[in-house]
Amino acid sequence: MNLTLRVWRQKNAQDKGRMETYETRDISPDMSFLEMLDVVNEDLTEKGIDPIHFDHDCREGICGACSLVINGIAHGPNRATTTCELRMRHFKDGDTITVEPFRAKAFPIIRDLVSDRSAFDRIMQAGGFVSVNTGGAPDANAIPIHKDAAETAMDAAACIGCGACVASCKNASAMLFVAAKVSHLVNLPQGKVEAHERVRRMVAQMDAEGFGNCTNYLECEAVCPKEVSIKFIAKMNRERMKAAVIK
Amino acid sequence: MKLDSKIPSGPLAKKWDKHRFEMKLINPANKRKFSAIVVGSGLAGASAAASLAELGYNVSCFCFQDSPRRAHSIGAQGGINAAKNYQNDGDSVYRLFYDTIKGGDFRSREANTYRLAQVSVNIIDQCVAQGVPFAREYGGMLDNRSFGGAQVSRTFYARGQTGQQLLLGAYSALIRQVGLGQVQMFPRTEMLDLVLIDGHAKGIVVRDLATGKISSHAADAVVLATGGYGRVFDLSTMGLGCNVTAAYKAHKKGALFANPCYTQIHPTCIPLSGDYQSKLTLMSESLRNDGRIWVPKNEGDKRPPDQITEEERDYFLERKYPSFGNLAPRDISSRSAKEVCDEGRGVGESGYGVYLDFADAINRLGKEVIEERYGNLFEMYHLITDEDPYKVPMRIYPASHYTMGGLWVDYNLESNIPGLFVIGEANFSDHGANRLGASALMQGLADGYFILPYTIGDYFGRVGAQNVSPDRKEFREVEDEVLARIKKLLAVNGKRTVDSFHKALGKIMWEYCGMARNEAGLKKALEEIPALREEFWQNARVLGTSEEMNMLLEKAGRLADFLEFAELFAVDALNREESCGAHFREEYQTEEGEAVRNDKRFAYVSAWEHKGVGNKPELHKEELEFESVELATRSYK
Repeated sequence: MNLTLRVWRQKNAQDKGRMETYETRDISPDMSFLEMLDVVNEDLTEKGIDPIHFDHDCREGICGACSLVINGIAHGPNRATTTCELRMRHFKDGDTITVEPFRAKAFPIIRDLVSDRSAFDRIMQAGGFVSVNTGGAPDANAIPIHKDAAETAMDAAACIGCGACVASCKNASAMLFVAAKVSHLVNLPQGKVEAHERVRRMVAQMDAEGFGNCTNYLECEAVCPKEVSIKFIAKMNRERMKAAVIK
Repeated sequence: MKLDSKIPSGPLAKKWDKHRFEMKLINPANKRKFSAIVVGSGLAGASAAASLAELGYNVSCFCFQDSPRRAHSIGAQGGINAAKNYQNDGDSVYRLFYDTIKGGDFRSREANTYRLAQVSVNIIDQCVAQGVPFAREYGGMLDNRSFGGAQVSRTFYARGQTGQQLLLGAYSALIRQVGLGQVQMFPRTEMLDLVLIDGHAKGIVVRDLATGKISSHAADAVVLATGGYGRVFDLSTMGLGCNVTAAYKAHKKGALFANPCYTQIHPTCIPLSGDYQSKLTLMSESLRNDGRIWVPKNEGDKRPPDQITEEERDYFLERKYPSFGNLAPRDISSRSAKEVCDEGRGVGESGYGVYLDFADAINRLGKEVIEERYGNLFEMYHLITDEDPYKVPMRIYPASHYTMGGLWVDYNLESNIPGLFVIGEANFSDHGANRLGASALMQGLADGYFILPYTIGDYFGRVGAQNVSPDRKEFREVEDEVLARIKKLLAVNGKRTVDSFHKALGKIMWEYCGMARNEAGLKKALEEIPALREEFWQNARVLGTSEEMNMLLEKAGRLADFLEFAELFAVDALNREESCGAHFREEYQTEEGEAVRNDKRFAYVSAWEHKGVGNKPELHKEELEFESVELATRSYK
């Protein structure tokens, strides 16, 4: 396949940035999107041009590092797929592909396609945990947990923290990310103890980081590589109501 | 140098208890006077950093990823072992210990391995308390599955994402301590060297990967939880950032490197499809519970799998190892797959693949059950290969996956450099020459939650709080070394790309130091590696500057260390004239192709001392003493 790439290049946080166009040839349809970028980068390096910077690590869809907006869609055209899992067979020979970073006020760009998503860590710091220290935990089977509850918790816990939900939302809202953690923990007896405090603190931090609110565009769910459902946002809102009423 | 493993005296089952009693304690009010640096935020690093902070120590934690939640422990799929015996199938601490030591082909330290099995039960309790959503049965109890190398069901799992869920559990404990101010977190920060003061590890020099800034950090102890070196093969199941740099820099500063040749080649990965490929994707070994592995009986049979009748198929693991069948340990399964492919019976375009077939399981259990058990793995396979494994058998082939070797540590997980602790995959101690499935997660969390937090306290108690300043001249000197090396990398200004050097190194390692090794091949590797390294320093192309985010420079630095480390790897493999676990020397095998161990000559840990780049490292031996188990020939027939 021969492709034309339009890629966001930005030297550093201060640089204004611009789209650059690169031609690439002989791309195999079995390549992953990032392997295609590797080929482009090898070519650029040989020409003495700085390679395109992008975050990546596991390249199997679980670490959440890769973060590209491809043709306007976070993680590209395939549903339930991270950028690293996306294959070139989903494109056609001769296509022009536009590649941009995850953009949001709370995700400042560091270089090219690399953005700073540390706001997510700060939201987690505010309450995305069960306050137990190491040692002293009761036997793991001491509290039976209904299979359905465990499965629902797992559905929410599947979030990889990539930030596609934010990048795709017109409000740059992090509601799906926060709701996933809130719902994961509130569905389990271990997480219920601190449920009210958790939701209050995490939402407050989300607001402080400059993420917007949810107005039900549902783009987040559409692009989520782990198919985390927006029903968890409803769940989180219920938890917030409870936390507001029950002091 | 005399290696002292510091194994406590007394009966095996009592050693850890006894040792915990004998170790020094730090008064709760004094803990805040001590500080620790933890490098790495995977299962071992995150659990250690969180647990140390909970105790009241001041912790700094470093990771090269943009968030500690992305460490590559997250890639582990299948599960975590624990001797809970919830299934009432005869499991016990002793059985898990025995399986682990046998699985490691009697090349691990008895006392460490026993302790690992002991604390395994606490790990599950801890993770459940954190809210890790393990799979449950309908009655609400935890579910288990069986895994390679074991005949009991002791593996706990969270769908095919157990590593992710355990890591997010450890991350939640870590990030809670960050919020409390007890851990200072340094993401996107790479350790580039270790700093010693009066022979003790007292700090590190790091590079901020976003800005390029070099800085020094001091503490009373340094903990390396920096993972394995499987990327020395270039293609592996590891994350692309995984590297040997931190461990290797510590090695160059005097830490002994143990058993570097013990590297695990995982049997169930998606086969290579082209030169451009950047990594090999693992398909969880748990698939072998329900999938049957086969190849055509006849050489060169290229018909599609549905046209090959039962009689024309060779279920080679079931045939060769009837009692373990498709659940034979990883090293044996990998080697068997290589054998049948070398005979020309491999499947897929390249001929380097074997079938993993679920047709029988789907007929027996129904598609829904298989989907519930392995749904995400099937989807991942489908996405990558464009083939639907519900209809067509999967194709798998072995790939570099885990490294049992690592920095030498004693029973306290302390290296021969006082104050330098090494935990998780980065150390060598628990898995011997081969690791059993679902034991890596167990070891990472055992070290981080339940072992290091005690043993580091003993070190602190012995040496006292030092309050070392990072402004001391020892730090300046190491910073200068680090800067000089970066400058040298940028000055090469050659023609060949860093990735192409990495591919070349990977080819040498896979060819001569992979699943099967021999003297001639290893000697060839020892000629080719230094030559490649020389070419790298003359012809590598590293662009940009060091005062900015520069991923090419990061890669080049890591590869430069791999190019030195690879030589140590080959030296170790050449020295070990026996076949044990994952280390298979073709000269040492039975007529049926089974490994032949040599306990008389090689029942020791090879711990190598660095003697300068290009010089032969010095071998130190830690003789392995077995008090509780008899050294048996490992048989899975």
